Amino acid sequence: MKLTKTLLASTALTVAAGAVAAQDMANDMTLVSWGGAYQNSQQKAYVEPYQEMNPDVSIVWDESSAEAVAKLRAMNEAGNITWDLVDVVAADAIRLCDEGLAMEYDPEELLAEGDDGSSAEDDFGDLIVSDCFIPQIVYSTTVGYRTDMVGDTAPTDICALFDTETYPGKRSLEKRPINNMEWALLCDGVAKEDVYDVLETPEGQDQALAKLDTIKDDVIWWSAGADTPQLLADGEIVMGSTYNGRLFSVIEEQDQPVAMLWDAQVFDLDGWIIPAGLSEERLARVKDFVKFATDTQRLADQAAYISYGPARKSSAPLVGEHAELGIDMAPHMPTDPENSKNTFVYNYEFWADYRDDIDAKFQSWLAQ
Amino acid sequence: MSEELVIKTGRPDMMSFTLPVVAGLGLILGFLTGNVIGSPWIGLVLGTLIGAGLAYGLNEMVPKKSIGRWGVIIAFAVIGLLFGGLGGAVGGAIIGAIISWFAYWIGRGTYRDDVPIYSTPGQTLWWNFFLFICGAIFIFLITPILVVLPLSFNAEDFFTFTPEMLRLDPEGYSLKHYRDFFETDDWQLALKNSLVIAPIATIISVSLGTLAAIGLSQSHVPGRRAIMAVLISPMIVPLIISATGMFFFYSTLGNFLEGTLGMSKGLVGYIKVILAHAVLGIPFVIITVTATLVGFDRSLTRAAANMGADPVTTFFRVQMPLILPGVISGGLFAFITSFDEVVVVLFVGSAAQKTLPWQMFIGLREQISPTILAVATILVVISIALLTTVELLRRRSERLRGMSPG
Repeated sequence: MKLTKTLLASTALTVAAGAVAAQDMANDMTLVSWGGAYQNSQQKAYVEPYQEMNPDVSIVWDESSAEAVAKLRAMNEAGNITWDLVDVVAADAIRLCDEGLAMEYDPEELLAEGDDGSSAEDDFGDLIVSDCFIPQIVYSTTVGYRTDMVGDTAPTDICALFDTETYPGKRSLEKRPINNMEWALLCDGVAKEDVYDVLETPEGQDQALAKLDTIKDDVIWWSAGADTPQLLADGEIVMGSTYNGRLFSVIEEQDQPVAMLWDAQVFDLDGWIIPAGLSEERLARVKDFVKFATDTQRLADQAAYISYGPARKSSAPLVGEHAELGIDMAPHMPTDPENSKNTFVYNYEFWADYRDDIDAKFQSWLAQ
Repeated sequence: MSEELVIKTGRPDMMSFTLPVVAGLGLILGFLTGNVIGSPWIGLVLGTLIGAGLAYGLNEMVPKKSIGRWGVIIAFAVIGLLFGGLGGAVGGAIIGAIISWFAYWIGRGTYRDDVPIYSTPGQTLWWNFFLFICGAIFIFLITPILVVLPLSFNAEDFFTFTPEMLRLDPEGYSLKHYRDFFETDDWQLALKNSLVIAPIATIISVSLGTLAAIGLSQSHVPGRRAIMAVLISPMIVPLIISATGMFFFYSTLGNFLEGTLGMSKGLVGYIKVILAHAVLGIPFVIITVTATLVGFDRSLTRAAANMGADPVTTFFRVQMPLILPGVISGGLFAFITSFDEVVVVLFVGSAAQKTLPWQMFIGLREQISPTILAVATILVVISIALLTTVELLRRRSERLRGMSPG
């Protein structure tokens, strides 16, 4: 209805549609997310139920999370914020919060209580890594491999990435230092608890790059989460890193000959931020939506569409079966005990401090 | 010595020419086929031998060309069927057709038919090589478009020819990406936006561009060249630069429309994108209309004025019908510019105004879904239909006006 009205009005071009009728909440929202299976899980788990409850609300997706920081800066500069709610990884949320581009919020006021009666603050616990960050899911970056291309001995640890003798062929890695540097050090004999201490020093950074150098010719660098699944399906690579949810979709939904290497998976968080500077009506609508979309049941529902762990403790017991395949989702969660025997804890503070330096070093190494 | 022989018999020498050349093609085809089944070197050797054998056998023992060609095609198709199912049969038939044609073409000296009889071997070679380049250019132009068509019927969610597809197994094909396009709100919104934005932007560019071209063709307008340069600049400046500038310019404009005039956010978004696209389309209209105006006889407007027509009547009744072809082709360019445009709309528009190219671009980056290919296929079919319709209409109107088509 709203859309037809807009279209008619814009066709006439001269007709001013007039102000939105006096209401407390705006009726359209632009949500920013990552596209693909992940955005689909959000659509199914909370956007569609929310629209059922509020039929007047129209919601548009913008698949721009990958460049959310740059775009929000530009929008802020131009004084024209077109986004209402933005899905970002925790590290981006911290940056946006520091720059004042994201709105700080009070968990007790904005978020619903847990189903088990725990307060929102306790329920999310220390996953609220920034005053602006509203956590949704825990995901991990891990490695998937072609089962038909690794010979008789399937890889069991992360160092298979660097073992081009046993597993010849191309591998794909993300085109940024995060995760790659840590894995390189782990496989160069550095103990897990020392990785970030070593990576602080220029020598440590050189050590990691030298290890990466040994496989540089065999690496295809990816920048979008969809790249590795496509390359795996094509058989162009023997193994590659990507998000565990994308691998789940390749393996279980697309039925490709691919398996998962959970070893040294790196946990990370993803969640919403509300851009700073929204008008009162828009903010009221966003708050209403966020309260609904991050409650215990909704976060648990999301896990029925994608293998990411809900950020609320109270959601975990509610995680059930995949919505279409009917398989039990718990064993596919990165947090499942079987999968998390050897995990690597991503250090936000370290990367907040060293990101720019190591990024520059990494990019110049790439260009060599 | 051998050259005289060629001219005399009309057939090149079997041992020194036909055999090695056809074997060479067999080598290439064998290598390619071998790659498909995973043993390129065996394919290469076998291909060379088969090529040489066919060159000799066909030219020496099967004088009737149609029998020879069909025999090879069917034999190759059967071999393909045995090794690779239905897909292998089709591939085999194609390879058989190519190599049997080539064997006769080389063996009978047909390749010399189109060159004068006194050409040297070098000139003959160059002539055929030239034809080959022309063919290659067509292939390079059209293959990327053709590849998209079968992939859009892929049953899987990847840009990959699956083994089922290569075997022509119905299991490997599906219409699900087309269903996805018609059933997903995101794609439908993008389609509607494209169908709203492009026509309106085209109307604006055509009206303004035609008027500007007519004005600028008058000799008494001061600073014509400078004005022309400014109007054409959006076509010359790199798009990303225009887009960055437009982002800030239209943001301010949008804030004014929204804040001061109280227009709704959605409407302002459309106005911004339409205006930006109209600006991009205007240079095309100006250039095509200016070119048409060169052939326009100015004495006609004076004659019309002499008969008492005012300038507006003259424009619509005399000038417009004569420059209409230029206006229409300018309009087509403007429409395609807007319909294809992704950079400016990413900057100026918000997600509510996302157009088809925007959705395709985003989809390619974030989820590599063959829905994009389904959309591309639909667009290719629509473009072909549109161009055919325009051409048919043009011929019809020329016939009605008593002119010959062409």
